[in-house]
Amino acid sequence: MSLLELRHIQKGFSGIPVLKNVSLDIEPGEVHVLLGENGAGKSTLIKIMTGAYSKDEGEIYWENQRIEIQSPVDAMNLGIATIYQELNLIPQLSVYENIFLGREIRKGPPFRFLDHQEMKRKAKEYLQRLGQDISVEELVCNLGIGKQQLVEIAKAFTINAKMIILDEPTSSLSASEAAQLLETIMELRKQGIAIVYISHRLEELKQIGDRITILRDGAKIATLPVKETSTDEMIQYMVGRNLDQKYPKEQFQLGAEGFRVEGICLQGSEKEVSFAAYQGQILGIAGLVGAGRTEIARGIFGVDQVKSGKVYVEGKEVRIQSPQDAIAAGLAFITEDRKAEGLILDQTLEFNMTIASLKNFRKGSLLQLEQLTQIAKEYITELQVKPGDVQKHARKLSGGNQQKVVIAKWLSTHAKVFIFDEPTRGIDVGAKVEVYRLLNTLVKNGAIVIVISSELPEILGICDRILVMHEGQITADILRDHATQEGIMKAATGGM
Amino acid sequence: MSEIALQEKEEELKRKGTLKKLSSKFGPLIGLFLLCAILSILSENFATVNNLMNVARQSSINAILALGMLLPILTSGIDLSVGSILGISIMIMGVFAVKMKLGAIVGILVCIGVGLLCGWLNGILLTKLKLPHPFISTLGMMNVARGIALIVTAAAPISGFPVAVQFVGNEFVGPIPVSFLLVLVLYIGFHYFLTKTATGRYIYAIGGNKEAARLSGINVNKVLVLVYSISGLMAGIAGLVLVGRVNSAFPLAGLGYELDAIAACIIGGASFFGGVGTVWGTLIGALIIAVLRNGLNLLNVPADFQMTVIGIVIIAAVYVDVLRQRGAKKNK
Repeated sequence: MSLLELRHIQKGFSGIPVLKNVSLDIEPGEVHVLLGENGAGKSTLIKIMTGAYSKDEGEIYWENQRIEIQSPVDAMNLGIATIYQELNLIPQLSVYENIFLGREIRKGPPFRFLDHQEMKRKAKEYLQRLGQDISVEELVCNLGIGKQQLVEIAKAFTINAKMIILDEPTSSLSASEAAQLLETIMELRKQGIAIVYISHRLEELKQIGDRITILRDGAKIATLPVKETSTDEMIQYMVGRNLDQKYPKEQFQLGAEGFRVEGICLQGSEKEVSFAAYQGQILGIAGLVGAGRTEIARGIFGVDQVKSGKVYVEGKEVRIQSPQDAIAAGLAFITEDRKAEGLILDQTLEFNMTIASLKNFRKGSLLQLEQLTQIAKEYITELQVKPGDVQKHARKLSGGNQQKVVIAKWLSTHAKVFIFDEPTRGIDVGAKVEVYRLLNTLVKNGAIVIVISSELPEILGICDRILVMHEGQITADILRDHATQEGIMKAATGGM
Repeated sequence: MSEIALQEKEEELKRKGTLKKLSSKFGPLIGLFLLCAILSILSENFATVNNLMNVARQSSINAILALGMLLPILTSGIDLSVGSILGISIMIMGVFAVKMKLGAIVGILVCIGVGLLCGWLNGILLTKLKLPHPFISTLGMMNVARGIALIVTAAAPISGFPVAVQFVGNEFVGPIPVSFLLVLVLYIGFHYFLTKTATGRYIYAIGGNKEAARLSGINVNKVLVLVYSISGLMAGIAGLVLVGRVNSAFPLAGLGYELDAIAACIIGGASFFGGVGTVWGTLIGALIIAVLRNGLNLLNVPADFQMTVIGIVIIAAVYVDVLRQRGAKKNK
């Protein structure tokens, strides 16, 4: 008898299907691994199990009973506990207070005061069941991240969880903490609790998984016993798809080295990153989320301080300690999060497009306002921003058009080196193609273009050369002609 | 629905849209006019040249403080210390100009300089010591400055300032008070500064999205130090106006003035979340407060009631803004 069974689950967002006819069953006492690329639909599937999203179509069975999970409370009542990457603990409260947060044990009437003794006793019992010896009165902020996660898992006992979902639990843990967590999971499994486990670390999956379900582009590809599946097979199932004509790639003559970083080392890291980028070539940086690609870009651009490292633009060393320095050196950084880091949403397109280059539009100390409007209009035409009203607020635009506004901002600085971080995240297919064309145009005009992307097809579709990062280091440097999704995925998961 | 009906509906929506836009742009101004109209009916003394010039004069100190306050508010900050900076500036001016008899010019420079210095310190506390919010740095400065203002003369007032010091606060050009002319000059200057210089745009950018501003190459800390320095400078100038008007410097001068300055900005449409607000809105905000005070005085409303009314006006003005923004979101 399976504990949870999903049949033919469909889910879409504003017309775009995210889950296509996914069926899945979870048995009691098994560790069931969900595997898939970023955007394959794992998170959506989990959120349907936990009641955060409701399915569009399909059936859910719990212990062979047809049920609906319409809210997180429903899931909790069934005995489904979820531990997200971001922990939901209150640092200033003690371990036992956190474990019983929202489900406090109370004494009898009339006052129904909190029964601290009982909560402490039970909290201790729960932690012992996890094989842990953590003082229940310790404040959570005094615990390491690994112990905090165990406290989070102990919370699952307060709802008598029969199934625990863990979303990339080891991604922020040290090796020894991760090992401890895996042991705890085996302990839970022995007690008959089902574990749904999401991780990109294939080595880990081999160690603890019973069965593995692989998702790709919102569809289930296969459910396989872990013991009988090789890592290579897993990767092939994850990525196995052909590139279609979504990528308008143009070839250019390879030119001079226009940009080089040597030994960039971030604060709190020992790992160094060095690479060079050439004119006429789009350089892709692939890797899984959290591989340190954004961090390196931020370090290069002077957003975060770096411990050491040198940056060369067109062969000359430039000293960058702040974004101002970076812009002066001819760098542009199109960040991953448009809304939080790229745009001033309640200002006009003109304001946003010119904010990084205002100094070029001054006469004396006064701004040439007509010139600003003029330049904004030019970019609107050139990049086909819609609606094309310079006085429109950036907030009112679609994701794709907002991205064009951010790109216009950097075009106006006359940068020589463009670093794009996830340039097509959250924009529709049509706008993606326009962004790709723009990358081509930049390269044609002699700019250095570096693209960080977590989408492998995109990397393979638009880049000429690909660097792969894993845990803060470059693990591969491949020319497009020699690159395969499998090869990149291997390098991105630690070269297994 | 027929084609024509649809078109009509669209037209109507458009009209409503423009009306909304107009009301948001001129809302405070319309409020001021309405207020003046009502007071003209209720009191025959209100709409006289004499009285209106009196209002202009009474509004000038708050208008100058509010103008300074607008900058921190635009960066989504706050400056709680302006009232105290006014106090410390005029007390130290008193020591230099009256006690040490160093003359009007030195006095005026000292007054403005102390204001500027205090404001600069606010900026340094915020950006170099990285105190978490300007509420804290300026709250500290508010107490420190007030304390020093009391210490310098052991809480005694200073009077007998040179005539030249009193010029701004006390003289008239024709019927128009010099202090109000100064207000207009400052407001025009700030209008140019905020809308037509790069730094002015940076101020809006920082308030709109600090991280995006930083990543666009704006030296956020430098701009913030400038913003708080200017706010302090304005407090020094406001102090000069006050001394001119009462021909005396007293340590508790300006007590609580920061709240009226904040109120003027908010009534004038500035957003507490930063990035939104204009100098003209702020001027109207300051005038609304002054007209209210003046009108209620003319109608013999006791001071305690005046406070209550101004409180209600602040809440109402911001509530209207909240309603408008909610409407805008729905339209989207």
